[in-house]
Amino acid sequence: MHIARNWRVKHQRYSLTGEICHHCGAKVFPPRDVCPECTQPAYEPVRLSGLGEVYSFTTVYEAPTGFEAQAPYHLALIKLVEGPMLTAQLTDVDPNEVRIGMPVEMVTRKLSQEGDEGLIQYGYKFRPRIQAKAA
Amino acid sequence: MRNVAIVGIGQTPVGELWEKSIRHLGHDAVVAAMHDAGIETADALYVGNMLSGELAGQEHLATLIADFVGLRGIEAAKVEAACASGAAALRVGVMAVASGQADVVIVAGVEKMTDTPIDETTAGLALAADQEYEVAEGATFVALNAMLMQRYMHEYGVSHRDFAPFPINAHANARNNPFAMFRSPITLDKYEKATVIAPPINILDSSPVCDGAAAVVLVPLERAREFGRHKRIVRVAASVTATDTIAIHDRRDPLFLEAAYLSSQRAYAQAGLGPEDIDLFELHDAFSIMSVLSLEACGFAPRGRGIELGQSGAITLGGKIPITTMGGLKARGHPVGATGIYQVVEAVQQLRGEAGANQLPHAHVAMTQNIGGSGATIITHILVGEE
Repeated sequence: MHIARNWRVKHQRYSLTGEICHHCGAKVFPPRDVCPECTQPAYEPVRLSGLGEVYSFTTVYEAPTGFEAQAPYHLALIKLVEGPMLTAQLTDVDPNEVRIGMPVEMVTRKLSQEGDEGLIQYGYKFRPRIQAKAA
Repeated sequence: MRNVAIVGIGQTPVGELWEKSIRHLGHDAVVAAMHDAGIETADALYVGNMLSGELAGQEHLATLIADFVGLRGIEAAKVEAACASGAAALRVGVMAVASGQADVVIVAGVEKMTDTPIDETTAGLALAADQEYEVAEGATFVALNAMLMQRYMHEYGVSHRDFAPFPINAHANARNNPFAMFRSPITLDKYEKATVIAPPINILDSSPVCDGAAAVVLVPLERAREFGRHKRIVRVAASVTATDTIAIHDRRDPLFLEAAYLSSQRAYAQAGLGPEDIDLFELHDAFSIMSVLSLEACGFAPRGRGIELGQSGAITLGGKIPITTMGGLKARGHPVGATGIYQVVEAVQQLRGEAGANQLPHAHVAMTQNIGGSGATIITHILVGEE
């Protein structure tokens, strides 16, 4: 089910590929071919760093179909260092640690599964930033 | 362009109406509105509905309802704009009458949400969000609103308990509305102890899944006296739709409902009125946070201070800007595609002086606002009662 629908967004889901606007320099994610900042065309793909911080968050207890196995899970709005914001789950995180402003980084994880025999979708989630500690 | 008047209203009770199918709900509301307007036929029927295909397995809804109310042959079409479908259909009806394309138009809002298991209904509601970038990540509608509420609390230093006056007011007002789903009052203690669905949102911050239908009849203002026997005529002084990004994460400032700002500002300009002239505001309290953001965007409070209108009592029937006067989405109920029409029906009741125990003493100008998605389509109507 929905194979083409998921295949089309593989670069966004697996490598956080957005676009760069050559008119104003804005980086755009999700890609939309039109810069949301200056409304000029923006077609050139650019891979985002995957670094950002939590803008807001919640916990989903009543999961929609396909996400039941993961519930409860943390959902967050992530502000990327390049500017765009996106919606993603938090993973590998202590529930008591989650806070607005927490630095996070992208990882690839299983997103959802359509039953026992259906498509398994993979994509980005975010975990507390480890790179920063090593630096 | 012609001025447009509302000369008929009808509604069904809101709730888990297992004995009624979607066509019967539509039938009951349309027949009630036709009776109220004293009409036996119409030029067109527009039906606001979000999920008939998804949850009732029935599309082509407006033609079906036209047939079942004995109006076979007239123009009919369904209008969809997520939870704002009702007001979107009204907007189409207003344009039809204002432009002269039609003289007598019925606009209904209909929704059937309780036949399906709750996870199917929840997944249906999520169709209003961005499928590829919100829903695919596990977002639900409650979760999206919860993230707005969490950020609001963080940014303005308010607590969850500060939102309590909004559902408490809604439930208090629903008590006297025979069509409302929840007619029992709630207390601060009950609010604070309610089951959490997606923190900080709990069950009493959230409008219920339910069934219902409501309808209105529109005619040109100059012919309004030919219809019904109502002392006061209700004129549609403004009808405006504005849009924003579907996904919250694409907004520059998620805590500012730009589409509410745009649609209310344009509505004020159309009507030649301002927020200070509004006697009651039927806003879209799908979640407590939406009431607060809407009041701020429409000019009733500065940013970050909409919540104070709850604490000060300004939103109550005796306050400066009464909201959800018959229970709102929280307590009357939120049958999504029907909600925009329920809001208008209740505003007309207030303007006509037919609101019973909840009647406001000076109801001359009413504003209604129906929101689709988490703020992506926002439709504002201003109604004026005339002798």
